[in-house]
Amino acid sequence: MRDASPAKTYALHIGVIALLFALNFVLPDYHQGLFARIMALAVFAMGYNLLFGYVGLLSLGHAMFFSAGLYGAGLTVYHLGWGVPEAFIAGVACGALLALIVGLLALRTAGVAFMIVTMMFAQVFYLLILYFATWTGGDQGLVIQQASRVFSIGGTSFDLTDPTVRYMSALALFAIVLLVTLAVVRSRFGRVLVAIRENEERTKMLGYDTVANKLAAVVASGAICAASGAAYALLFGYVGSNFASIQYSILPLLWVLLGGAAATLGPLIGTLFMYYVTDITSGFTSAYLLIVGVALILLVLFAPKGIMGSIRERWLRWLT
Amino acid sequence: MADKNGFFDLSKTTLSRRTALKGIAVGAGLALAPGFVRYSQAQSSAPIKIGFQSHRTGIGAAYGRWYEKTSAAAVKAINDAGGISGRKVELVIEDDGTDPARGAEVVNKFAKQHKTDIAFGTLFSHVVIGSAPAAGENKIPYFVVSEGHHVASTKLNRYVFQPGITDVKSQIQSMAPWIAANAGKKVTQIFPDFAFGYDHRDYLPPALKAQGADVIAQIAIPPTESSFTKYFPQIPAETEVIYHVMVGPAVLTFVKELGEFYGSNRPQLFGFMDSLEATDINSPGLEFLDGSHFWEGSPRYAQADDSAAQKAYRAAVGIDDNGAAVGDPKDVSTASHMFGCWETLYVVKKAMEDAGYKGPEDRAKLVEATEALKEFAEGPEHPQGPKTFNGKIHQCFGIQNISKVEGGKLKVVHKTKIEDGLYEPEGDYTKQAL
Amino acid sequence: MHFGPHLLLAALEGLVTSAVLALTALGLSLVFGVMRIVNVAHGEFFMLGAVLAWAISTAISGHPAIGFVAALVIAPLLVGLAAFLAEWLVLRRLKYNPESTIVATIGMLYIIQQLALTFYGPEARPVEPPFSYRILLPWFGYSGYKLSVVAASAVLLVITWLVLTRTKIGLIMRATQYDRETAQAFGIPVERVYAGVFAVGAMLAAIAAVLIVPISQAHYLMGQDPLLLSFIVVIIGGLGSLRGTVVAAILIGLSDGIISMFFSPTLAKIIATLVVAMVLVFRPQGLFGTTPR
Repeated sequence: MRDASPAKTYALHIGVIALLFALNFVLPDYHQGLFARIMALAVFAMGYNLLFGYVGLLSLGHAMFFSAGLYGAGLTVYHLGWGVPEAFIAGVACGALLALIVGLLALRTAGVAFMIVTMMFAQVFYLLILYFATWTGGDQGLVIQQASRVFSIGGTSFDLTDPTVRYMSALALFAIVLLVTLAVVRSRFGRVLVAIRENEERTKMLGYDTVANKLAAVVASGAICAASGAAYALLFGYVGSNFASIQYSILPLLWVLLGGAAATLGPLIGTLFMYYVTDITSGFTSAYLLIVGVALILLVLFAPKGIMGSIRERWLRWLT
Repeated sequence: MADKNGFFDLSKTTLSRRTALKGIAVGAGLALAPGFVRYSQAQSSAPIKIGFQSHRTGIGAAYGRWYEKTSAAAVKAINDAGGISGRKVELVIEDDGTDPARGAEVVNKFAKQHKTDIAFGTLFSHVVIGSAPAAGENKIPYFVVSEGHHVASTKLNRYVFQPGITDVKSQIQSMAPWIAANAGKKVTQIFPDFAFGYDHRDYLPPALKAQGADVIAQIAIPPTESSFTKYFPQIPAETEVIYHVMVGPAVLTFVKELGEFYGSNRPQLFGFMDSLEATDINSPGLEFLDGSHFWEGSPRYAQADDSAAQKAYRAAVGIDDNGAAVGDPKDVSTASHMFGCWETLYVVKKAMEDAGYKGPEDRAKLVEATEALKEFAEGPEHPQGPKTFNGKIHQCFGIQNISKVEGGKLKVVHKTKIEDGLYEPEGDYTKQAL
Repeated sequence: MHFGPHLLLAALEGLVTSAVLALTALGLSLVFGVMRIVNVAHGEFFMLGAVLAWAISTAISGHPAIGFVAALVIAPLLVGLAAFLAEWLVLRRLKYNPESTIVATIGMLYIIQQLALTFYGPEARPVEPPFSYRILLPWFGYSGYKLSVVAASAVLLVITWLVLTRTKIGLIMRATQYDRETAQAFGIPVERVYAGVFAVGAMLAAIAAVLIVPISQAHYLMGQDPLLLSFIVVIIGGLGSLRGTVVAAILIGLSDGIISMFFSPTLAKIIATLVVAMVLVFRPQGLFGTTPR
């Protein structure tokens, strides 16, 4: 885009991945675990950012894609005894399929109507999880036993309950999704998406099939969020309806806005920030929600484009 | 029962001094063994840290506050009596937000950052189930006071225990004989349409059947509902007993609307106290409950025949004869559940002392010692009543109370036997690797 | 119970839900329509109204009606003041940027919730209704207070409609809603209008909460459901259409009650939600809305 400088941009992203890799060996145990969780959830935020940041579609229902992955992976392990790689693929496939159906319907609307329609579809998905409690465990959820979270590739066995294996798995997923989204947003497809965000009518007049492009973005976004959900189930061993509630639709929006929409590194920064503000403040006061609330307002007052957005504006103008 | 062990006797300094002297003697003995001294001293002086996962925010906050009060009182009582194996006990409290994901993080934080000896606490089942994998992976014993059937179902893992409160399956089963004999034979159930309600949906009908009574209708109400009247027409006219278990903030509405619907011409009512925990039974609109019956884990109101242990427990926690905070009659406790925190901490003490627990490296020994426990006698450590413990399913079984609402108070009219609530174990945790 | 009485009961219940929902949604609709911002904290203003109603009615002794009327007057004013301050301190500085206001109002949501938890506590607390008259029908009894809530809500809706269509204030609001720049050019103090609208929107939610609190209870997490339902009502009704908001509130209130007669409640909620979503899919501008500009 603008004065794109691909070498610098890729170098920065690979640098971030290398830093996260190095942190595995430096971080204290607790923070190593927390970072694994943050990276898995940052993937969720990245999937959200693809749709919100680049296409400008504000969904309030992305919890359904995350939990499609969560349940797609979790239930195949729990009920069918599938292995970790197959279950992960099943989770991503569930999310992509759901996104295709939801996209076909919801893309008939735009703006606030799109927000509400996605929210209502997510609510239906949430209620379905409760309705089929016999299989899903309903609101209590299900535990994926440690023995089911071990897999082997080429004779080497990986135990996802081992902190380092877990950290590296989360990092691998994060790195792949980060580089893929970076490539996507810099591609022709990505530029069409941004064009749709800026002016859909004009993009249409230029001969682009905006509906097909938007649908592709919804499916890609849904699949990425589902990958995050599937990873979450397999890495942390729990699936529950809580992850399908409206709260988990608002969280990725919050993370993305905090980190900076339409910045590939924004979702990671936003997720990291939110997690640590909660974690640190809950250490010395039980009223930590108050501090989180004040922090959000201050941030939006003084860094309205999110953390990455503000950094980009001031120092890294070349960054995508 | 008399205060035999002098738990609540503040003039008991002689005992602790004697314990201290004994400790010095042992220490002196060990000092003769070369290379052992520093290790044992470091161990014996550091407090035992118990990570307490609390519902400080979120939907469970009313329970969380009272769980904290009860646990703090139990820790104080334990420390005043010399602690666990002579070491002081210290609670490290973290908020789980009544959220399973945050709950799992909190257990991780206990294991890895605070390096607590065990994790403890929490009521809501989804938080327990969500946190269980973290406990298993960190191999940190996790003692819950949830009353859910999840622990006893053996679907969690070997590190999760519920030794302080009877699980809901057992509670329901032990209610059935009394309901069939005293309230009526045709029962309509009203319960929340989520897992907690499903335990009642699934376990009550067979239990009643065995007593010659029937569930004639089951009405599930979604957890998000804030108004209930529209469900009442589904209650069959021939209903003799309405069996209700509602939870959450909308419970008062439920009772009030039931009152408006039926007026004075109502069937018998039998409810679970979960509905009205932390709620004043004399709130406007609840007059309708007069004469109805409730399950109570531990009685909210002081009873005429309360044991000395029960009285001492109430005084230590700071609740008055009406089950409200001393000094604030509007601040009603969660008496039916919070006693479990007190009793669990004493089980932890017993198990740690049995295991000769020194530090986190002995956690496996602690698990085995807890599994070896068989029964807990009624007394200052177990003021709610006697219990048996099944080490294979990590679950205790105790007596239950049935109370009648009379003149704005709850009076215990029946106490069940432990045997009423026993069932076939569904699995065996002890076969899992440690 | 027979079908007829059952339907009557479901309809009555639906009406009560609709009445409260219409008021809450109207507040959101004003803010949404005039200021073009999504106020995520709207449900918390609702909750604040209920919690204040409890505080005021417990502070005042005597007949419950006195406390209730005091609450009905004071609680909305206090909530309006809080909203006014929030608008003045935060939203104005954000220049009503749609994305920033979402984050800011999520922040407000956390702050209000935490303050309620700290100062009010986690319990659900009841407020005594101003009168407790039980209407005895041949098949069942029904709360007289509930019916009075429907009436009160209807009166308030008519008043709001009159203010919007027949007064200068209403004209100014509509002008601002229609075209902000032109309104400013004509000398309308847009910033003051915005502050007023934000406060009035919150007050409407607070009034709805005071009316409902003798039926349900005040609880610090009670704001979420009204928020979601209000959103749905506003969009289904069509942005900026008072008539649409009221019709949608009645539609959603009634359908929720009546569908639950035929299906298990969770399934009923699934069906009702799906039906409403489909309405929106095939009529994205809402029932009474014009195509958004």
